[in-house]
Amino acid sequence: MSASGRRLRVEWTPGTDLLTGICFCGAQRRSDDPVELWRWLLAHPDHDLPS
Amino acid sequence: MAFPRNQWYVAAYGSEVGDGLLARTICGEPIVFYRTRDGRPVGLADRCVHRRYPLSASHRDGDRIVCGYHGFTYDPDGVCVAVPGQRRVPRTARVPRYHVVEQDSLIWVWIGDDDKADPAAIPRAPWLDSPDYVTVRGMEPLAARYELLVDNLMDLSHETYLHAGYIGTPEVAATPITTEVDEEAGVIYVSRRMKDAECPPFYAKSTGIEGRIDRWQDIEYHPPCLYLLHSRIAPTGVEPGPDGDDSRACHAEIVYAITPETETTTHDFWMVARDFALDDEEVSAFLAESNRTVVLQDVEALNLLEKVIAAEPEGYQELSINIDTGGLAARRMLQRMTAR
Ligand code: FES
Ligand SMILES: [Fe+2]
Repeated sequence: MSASGRRLRVEWTPGTDLLTGICFCGAQRRSDDPVELWRWLLAHPDHDLPS
Repeated sequence: MAFPRNQWYVAAYGSEVGDGLLARTICGEPIVFYRTRDGRPVGLADRCVHRRYPLSASHRDGDRIVCGYHGFTYDPDGVCVAVPGQRRVPRTARVPRYHVVEQDSLIWVWIGDDDKADPAAIPRAPWLDSPDYVTVRGMEPLAARYELLVDNLMDLSHETYLHAGYIGTPEVAATPITTEVDEEAGVIYVSRRMKDAECPPFYAKSTGIEGRIDRWQDIEYHPPCLYLLHSRIAPTGVEPGPDGDDSRACHAEIVYAITPETETTTHDFWMVARDFALDDEEVSAFLAESNRTVVLQDVEALNLLEKVIAAEPEGYQELSINIDTGGLAARRMLQRMTAR
């Protein structure tokens, strides 16, 4: 997977249940709930607002 | 109906469209497909303007269709050029003509506003008619909404449970995935890289690789219709070279076209293109048979799910976990496409 374009990325850390959401703006967040994590990623640029 | 409009959909395989009149409903729109004598695929609304008789149940006169009921005669662009018993053809006598494009052995049809169709936006699957690959294929009718097939294909962890003994091994469900969404391009990627994994019979028998394997499943979904699974199988430890050369690995390009027929039925087109054992017809027969079996396992499960959904009270809440990360991204993109 190349890093071209404005991509939103979710990595699942091997050996754990943890997901890391990485926005193309550089913002990152850890979560164990993919629904919550997509909501957070898609809120770009308002990552900090409570959802 | 709730489908993404202003989109290209796979309507048929190129080999299905020829001298005959092929009836196929795409996103609730009945269409008749045929090929003109110069080889051009044509799609017209499958309903005569006179008394609605299906043109697909009619017959051809050269490149024209003559309605099987009272003989209204249509050109390939949908214009009625003759009616029985009178010379004057009413000015409004025409059936809608669809934009149809043949590419990568697939017949694509534009569902949406006539002036918005851009053939350059059709996603590619070049393996399907490449001389470097051999492809087996089929199409199964699915009595379930297309969203269930998207869910199914975006989360391959189900292979371990639903397709054990064919393509599923314990490692599939046990291996974490990486998911990416490219909003601008409208593509969703899900990648699962298994190292030192068991080789399922589907690949053991077809590639001839013995022992444990490295198995990559790289999904590239172009909503709404085209789903690509880049599958790489290699003896464990064999990596692509620094120059990108990966000739020691076997590659299977698994392609699905997910085309809604109605709100609760779907055309499930499946293809397996491979770059190994190209001349081995037994491998072709084995992969065709095995993949069809796998697809039918999915069809049976999804048909069951459709019934469950039809019978349930509104507002049922599902529960999502890590394996659903890609499927959730696909759902969201489809919802956005459907809403606009
Ligand atoms: S319905 Fe087609 S000619 Fe009458
Ligand atoms: Fe499946």
